[in-house]
Amino acid sequence: MNGGAIDPAEAHHGPTPVNLLTGFLGSGKTTLLQRLLTDASMANAAVLINELGEIGLDHHLLERIDDNVVLLKSGCVCCTVRGEVADALQSLHAQRARGEIPFFDRVVIESTGLADPYPALSTLRAHPVLKSQFRVGKVIATVDAVNGLSAVAHRLEAVRQIAAADIIVVTKTDLCDERTTMAVRSRLGELNPTAAIITAADATLPRRLTARSAQSADELEWIAEALPAGDEAGPSHAMSRHGDHHHHSHDEDDAHAVRSVSMVFENDVDWTGFGIWLTMLLNRHGDRIFRVKGILNVAGEANPVAIHAVQRLIHPPVHMKRWPDERRQSRLVFIAEGIDPQQIRRSFEVFRRLSTRVLADDPVVGADRALEAETSASA
Amino acid sequence: MCSLCGILGCDDHWSSAISRPDVYTRNTDRVSRRREAARRRKIANAILAIRRLKLSSPTGTSYVLTNATGRSQVFDALAHLWPEADQMSSAGFDPLDEDFLTALERVS
Repeated sequence: MNGGAIDPAEAHHGPTPVNLLTGFLGSGKTTLLQRLLTDASMANAAVLINELGEIGLDHHLLERIDDNVVLLKSGCVCCTVRGEVADALQSLHAQRARGEIPFFDRVVIESTGLADPYPALSTLRAHPVLKSQFRVGKVIATVDAVNGLSAVAHRLEAVRQIAAADIIVVTKTDLCDERTTMAVRSRLGELNPTAAIITAADATLPRRLTARSAQSADELEWIAEALPAGDEAGPSHAMSRHGDHHHHSHDEDDAHAVRSVSMVFENDVDWTGFGIWLTMLLNRHGDRIFRVKGILNVAGEANPVAIHAVQRLIHPPVHMKRWPDERRQSRLVFIAEGIDPQQIRRSFEVFRRLSTRVLADDPVVGADRALEAETSASA
Repeated sequence: MCSLCGILGCDDHWSSAISRPDVYTRNTDRVSRRREAARRRKIANAILAIRRLKLSSPTGTSYVLTNATGRSQVFDALAHLWPEADQMSSAGFDPLDEDFLTALERVS
């Protein structure tokens, strides 16, 4: 449907970032979106709204950007309209290329309150056409300061949304006292230490939203805060931050608790072995590992490599330009349901040692020499 | 598999991402790409051997997973490896399973 048109915007700026705005029912997503769109940095954003029900209420609230609003009409992003997300994005892309709609340099998808963020995000990475036209940008989750923790305690969707978020926006803080707001922020920080947690009134939101990659100051900030350097054997490095959530309401068994766990690994990591390990881990446990984020001390590399996964979606790793502090340690945060952090640590170490053993007398080195000789001969 | 070069390890897997600014990848040139693909096959086969599976890439453009009875499965992206391996092995590949980890520790 794009007819092979070359989009001048894409030619100059690369894939267009797509921000997902998620948050539980009534948590203030649309109000936040309205405010966001008044910021100059968001002036050229196109918006996709997923509406439940027949009345496009959200659409009427977004009159200012009517031209670039596409309504997704068949229910929840999570299970039924992934194809429509893809169709809507391709349609926007094609219309932009043909000059039929105003230029846009960003897309914001507002999902329904009950949607798991993963399918919409994975559509962007897995779709054969979209993955070259769009890229996954920051994920924002809104959490209502008054009722948000109740949703987290009882609804797995709310936990998945918070776990997937890069930025958590606490809304409706004017309806409760400061102590409650602080308590909500503290609990959210325990559940997702990788996210920036701000209030809806925070003027830095547009800047945080448009920040590009792990090179940004915000990213280094969270690493310094959530993953401080330390000694591997120290107790802080299998630190477990329990969220409130229990998937089974009658089961208070710790096995079902959602928790974030940060780990520090002293030894450098073989990139190939780590790739196999994380892929296998998320293949088997991606349904209950909601987030993996951190930095790796990759063997042979001077600077760290940032890793970022939301369920089974693993973003392209980012080669950072510097370490956040003087310690060259691999540091990973897992947000997972019902997984013993010691199991993850043990598995990581078994695979790390396996890579070392298997590649100890790597015959590839010999093959490489032949290949390099062949390459230089043909050059 | 990358539609441009058609070489093993050039599929759009995160661990061998297409080279672009800021992205960490060893998928940068022919030598690096093939070296990394060979290393990946070597580690994967050490793991797969526990369940008597073997990964190969006879043409360099796709992967073939074979079990002890000769049954094989062909796929063109690294992302399919562990789902396919799980299907071809009754025990599957669970990196959090203690028995599996114990078996991996014996691999030399």
